[in-house]
Amino acid sequence: MHIVIIGNGISGITAARFLRKRSEHQITVISAETDHFFSRTALMYIYMGHMRYQDTKPYEDHFWEKNRITLKKAYVKSVDFNNKSLQLDNGTLAYDKLILAVGSSPNKFGWPGQDLKGVGGLYSYQDLERMEHYSKDLKHAVIVGGGLIGIEMAEMFHSRHIPVTFLVREASYWDAVLPPEESQMINRHILENGIDLRLSTELKEILPNENGEARAAVTNKGETVDCQFVGLTAGVHPNIGFLKDTALEVQKGIIVNEYLETNIKDVYAIGDCAQASKPAPGRRPIEAIWYTGRMMGETVAHNITNNKVAYKPETWFNSAKFFDIEYQVYGNMRATLIEGHETIYWEHPDGKKSIRVNYNKATGAIEGFNLMGVRYRHEVCKKWVETQTPIEEVLANLGLANFDPEFFEQYEEFVVEAYNKQTGKQLVLTQKRALNAVSKFLSKLVKTN
Amino acid sequence: MSQVYESLSLANHSREIDAVQKVGLALGGIGVLLLFVAWGGIGLSSPALMLSTSIGLMTVGTLVYAWRSYMTVPEGIKNNGVWFDSLSNKGVLGWLFAIIITGFYVLLYFYPSLLGQGSDGAANTGIVALFDPLSRLLNGKAASQWFVYGTLYTVAILLLGFKFILKYRHNKYQLWRTISVMFFQLAFAFLIPEFLESMNSDQPYFQKDIKNMWPLNFYFYQDWNVNGMLGGGSLGLFMLFWGLAMTFIVSPILTFYYGKRWYCSWVCGCGGLAETAGDPYRHLSDKSVKAWKLERWLIHSILLLVTVVTIAIIYAYLKGDPGHKIWMTPMIFVIIVVVLSALVAAILLKNKTEVITSLGNKAFTGLLVALGGIAVLSVVAILTSGYDVFFIPTHQLKHWYGFLVGSVFSGVIGVGFYPLLGSRVWCRFGCPMAALLGLQQKFFSRFRITTNGGQCISCGNCSTYCEMGIDVRHYAQRGQNIVRASCVGCGICAAVCPRGVLRLENGSVDMDKRTTDLKAIHIGEEGVKLM
Repeated sequence: MHIVIIGNGISGITAARFLRKRSEHQITVISAETDHFFSRTALMYIYMGHMRYQDTKPYEDHFWEKNRITLKKAYVKSVDFNNKSLQLDNGTLAYDKLILAVGSSPNKFGWPGQDLKGVGGLYSYQDLERMEHYSKDLKHAVIVGGGLIGIEMAEMFHSRHIPVTFLVREASYWDAVLPPEESQMINRHILENGIDLRLSTELKEILPNENGEARAAVTNKGETVDCQFVGLTAGVHPNIGFLKDTALEVQKGIIVNEYLETNIKDVYAIGDCAQASKPAPGRRPIEAIWYTGRMMGETVAHNITNNKVAYKPETWFNSAKFFDIEYQVYGNMRATLIEGHETIYWEHPDGKKSIRVNYNKATGAIEGFNLMGVRYRHEVCKKWVETQTPIEEVLANLGLANFDPEFFEQYEEFVVEAYNKQTGKQLVLTQKRALNAVSKFLSKLVKTN
Repeated sequence: MSQVYESLSLANHSREIDAVQKVGLALGGIGVLLLFVAWGGIGLSSPALMLSTSIGLMTVGTLVYAWRSYMTVPEGIKNNGVWFDSLSNKGVLGWLFAIIITGFYVLLYFYPSLLGQGSDGAANTGIVALFDPLSRLLNGKAASQWFVYGTLYTVAILLLGFKFILKYRHNKYQLWRTISVMFFQLAFAFLIPEFLESMNSDQPYFQKDIKNMWPLNFYFYQDWNVNGMLGGGSLGLFMLFWGLAMTFIVSPILTFYYGKRWYCSWVCGCGGLAETAGDPYRHLSDKSVKAWKLERWLIHSILLLVTVVTIAIIYAYLKGDPGHKIWMTPMIFVIIVVVLSALVAAILLKNKTEVITSLGNKAFTGLLVALGGIAVLSVVAILTSGYDVFFIPTHQLKHWYGFLVGSVFSGVIGVGFYPLLGSRVWCRFGCPMAALLGLQQKFFSRFRITTNGGQCISCGNCSTYCEMGIDVRHYAQRGQNIVRASCVGCGICAAVCPRGVLRLENGSVDMDKRTTDLKAIHIGEEGVKLM
């Protein structure tokens, strides 16, 4: 059987790897982007000089031949689902099963000048090349969109001492996801790094110069910011243009069921481009992040190799880094507190670290963790959330979750203090950071409710 | 995706250096230049003034430059432009620097007279004479090329250690670790041995750095050092027993609890230089599987070689000691060697834990064969009863080991090639101490680098900045803890990780299951889960 995977990002490659682990099928991965799989999340580090392109490749080049995974550099123009054949820019390719892992592209919302030269997002290797190209003699850059990629782009230009104006539509950075305190912490940190942060400001249009390149950005407040590059980082959308007007069911993304099957037999979709027809409670239909892509890749490999498993991503987790502040989240944490939840928030006096613990007021069960500048253990947090551990048990043992390096100060007692202040209780922190206690805790079987 | 842009290296990446930084660089540069001036014989009429001016300028220059570079920006990881900079990316400056240090090492080891070392009682000249006053102050004697080297080595660790501390000031693990290597270099490697030397100047020389142990210190068991210690009064006897205890008791115990990092990145002088002066070059280590293979063959061969040479040396020494200055006879010695080898083999076989089996049978068998070989050859030696164990003239073995491993590998290549091969070439490919501690770390230690569940994004910062060339990401992205013999526990992988995925830690509860993988999100029988 010939399994063809379109897209060599984390989703497609994970699928290929697990297909190989589990079967002897013929596997081909097609990409027009790069010859080999690289870590998309590391693009910023290439630009900043922390790594070279080759350092971002998680597997050495000999890995693919050794594992009999054929890599094909080609651009898929269209899919003939009836005849199970792909029309490539350099030929055709037949498949028995097809995995669509085609990823997404930066959003453009119809701004005048959005297609000028020197305007673009940061998703693909080509996007990085564009940034690099226009960085030469770049005096000023404007970034549009207050999310994870926008702040990465700001950090990239900042690393080259290129002044940045950062237009954020919302009243505070990423406030659709971060609660106000965390969001404001990042606002302060952006300003501390000398970025011209403009909140509640939208892009109206991009003005061209005589060569058809961006020369200035105009905001909805009537300001004109001179610049030679405009970064568009207002989210992404699935790359499904080449699949429109086919039998494949698509909306925003490619519609898949819980087994990641599309409406066409032997065709699957995973990663950024997949849209769940029935997302799990509390989850979005499209989750364009690294971790979900990796999990879907593994799941689809099982489904193709006679081990039918549903894609159930379980407890939400994610991470990011805003300049120098690391962010981790575990569980169901929202920008606005969910009805019936209670929150405990502690922030370090330096304003760059915080711990937030949410719990259910009625049942007392832990709901999740939001961490800024502090590292927590994935497995411990997950186990607490999934076993609906009572908040006071979690707080008394909070040191189990601490994953900061040795010698780092432990802040768990302040979280307990904040809880006591809020509730008038006298809870005491009994467990500090300790690996042995963690090992015992994780190996203990807990009855799930 | 059709638009093609020019090479990624087109843009102007030059790091901007402001006036204050330039002043710092200039002051430090003049300080270094003064050393060359003195080498040419100028300014030696008042060497004390000249040397203090030189070191003073280097100090002020480094402090100014480091302060200005790091304290004016928010704390955090400072790797911007590392791969663009000529000095840190094997550019012209990198090569130039490599040639200069390599040249210095060649002169130091093989042509000390060119540095001004006086021979046959003649007074020092050149750069060695510059250090005479300081040497007299500390140990009462004129300087030697080794005193010059020791002083410059210590100055480098202190000054660049200071720079490192500012660079990683947000990270307490890095802070304490660096203070530790700076302290051990200044006190234990430099000042204390010099003071002890001046207090015992009437006695034969033996090495007095109590943190220096066999097999890194491969001459510990050589006749001159043993004779020195035996004839060195209570200090000599202390050094003998302490030296033995370090190798066979203190070091295994500390490695059991904390991994080899307690030595390699907290105490050791080679490690100290690599972590401070070598920090800007840590990313140059080779991460390929090929390099790892070479590493395993090379470093374990050298450990085997130093063991064999040492056994031969001790055996020959005991043979040549018919007066029985010490109680040990060649027979007792061989019995000890055989028993020790058997003991280690027995422990390995008895504790065939998951960690050991993860090695693969070939490597495991290799270890047992090596242990058996050492024991058998030692017995053959006593039966044939010659001076030269293993049928090779002992003094030649000693000479060639000293030349190839002690000088060329650890010095010329180990430090001279920092800007080309990275800062831990010696520690990774050559150091027998690292090999021995590595075996202990792999088999009998609570240490590991924990991977934080499924949080890895495969970015590669950990692997890139691993000075030992470990592909940390390989483990992190599959959710496996990192248990590698070569890991010196510097903690930089955990520091540069942008997602909080790695943590250096010790634990006894799961010691034998440290390498179990599948902690990332994976498919179980019931669906996708974190296992």
